Amino acid sequence: MTQPGEFYQRNRGVHPPAFTPDYKTSVARSPRYSLISLQNSVSEITGPRFGHNDIDESDNDLLTNYAKAGESPIGERIILHGRVLDENAKPVPNTLVEIWQANAGGRYRHKKDTYLAPIDPNFGGCGRTLTDENGYFFFRTVKPGAYPWRNMVNNWRPAHIHVSVFGSGFVQRLITQCYFEGDPLIPICPIVRTIPDAAAIEQLTAKLDLNATIPLDSIAYNFDIVLRGRRSTLFENRLEGN
Amino acid sequence: MRQKLEYLKETPSQTAGPYVHIGLAPGAAGFEIYDQELGWDIAGPNAKGTRIRVEGVVTDGTGSPVKDVLLEAWQANADGIYAHPEHPGEVEDGFRGWGRVITDFETGEWGFDTVKPGPVMGRSGQMMAPHINLWIVARGINVGLNTRVYFEDEEEANAADPVLGVIEWERRRATLIARREARDGLAVYRFDIRLQGEDETVFFDI
Repeated sequence: MTQPGEFYQRNRGVHPPAFTPDYKTSVARSPRYSLISLQNSVSEITGPRFGHNDIDESDNDLLTNYAKAGESPIGERIILHGRVLDENAKPVPNTLVEIWQANAGGRYRHKKDTYLAPIDPNFGGCGRTLTDENGYFFFRTVKPGAYPWRNMVNNWRPAHIHVSVFGSGFVQRLITQCYFEGDPLIPICPIVRTIPDAAAIEQLTAKLDLNATIPLDSIAYNFDIVLRGRRSTLFENRLEGN
Repeated sequence: MRQKLEYLKETPSQTAGPYVHIGLAPGAAGFEIYDQELGWDIAGPNAKGTRIRVEGVVTDGTGSPVKDVLLEAWQANADGIYAHPEHPGEVEDGFRGWGRVITDFETGEWGFDTVKPGPVMGRSGQMMAPHINLWIVARGINVGLNTRVYFEDEEEANAADPVLGVIEWERRRATLIARREARDGLAVYRFDIRLQGEDETVFFDI
């Protein structure tokens, strides 16, 4: 019987480097020294756990969680669903997935967002859920709109949903963004382009999923999330010091 | 040429962006949506040990406070036990060990109340000095930054800490030591984070 051991080293080649000058805010917010690499200790392989007492059953339905009774937000009704797996393709069960997004017009419900597209009175823009025993999760929402941002003067973010996920160890903690297949803004976005690897960008692009689409109701997109995998402890590596 | 070995690849990170609060702290974004926001109470009501506050500001390469940061803390209880099934030992009922805070939009100050963690057994039987693991995301940060908060009044334990010992530039170790002050009888630890430039905080690849 093997015990789960240390997590695989993060492959920084699929992640954006800290300093990506075309994304201007990164210039003053990126460390200049190298990260110092640590071997996993118990501080790294453990992480917070969440249960069904922490969230409400309906928190994953953005079509209803901020809408007045009998009303719903304006926009393309979509289902975003997928699995959280590790690099060994093992499901990550009972883990917290949180999302946030702009409304169909690209406007965020945030006091700092002053874009002229209007707030939708029936849309908040955040949701959360726990993966089931197979690592599966789903949300219902509206497809967010593209929006302009002050980077270069005519930069527009592609439609995207921000995704936050935990895993079982703090080393797996990840925030990313999910894009939508076929969006012409993806390849020209400076934030997307912080990622050096074309296959990695594809991994952030949700696929149209007609099989999960509910006819005459909601169109579905599939988005699987991969977290860092772990070695099995074949030989005692004294992680716990015993 | 290596042969192909089939593993999945980790999903690439992207910045949390300027509106991270909507998803992870909606009250701060200016609206009520959830019955409970997560991460407000790290230690719970039953935690043993010394109640402390940890606070600071995050500054960028120009020395300006960063006002749209979200920080998460992960720590052991006063006995050095993490609330996780892979760490043998019990934690108090209600002790989660995880917290989430955001910076003030006007000042960039952040802070959280917790209990001081105990020393934790590290690798190969080496004791780690009391510390809190921090994870920092914000607009302009492409991959969340990991660091550790150590405590000024744990001089002896810090000197023997295996992680601080990995940092070969001894001057840089000081960037991870929070300064202690007493305020109304409460121990307050000041931990300013400098993302870049002079006395840049040490960040880890964990």
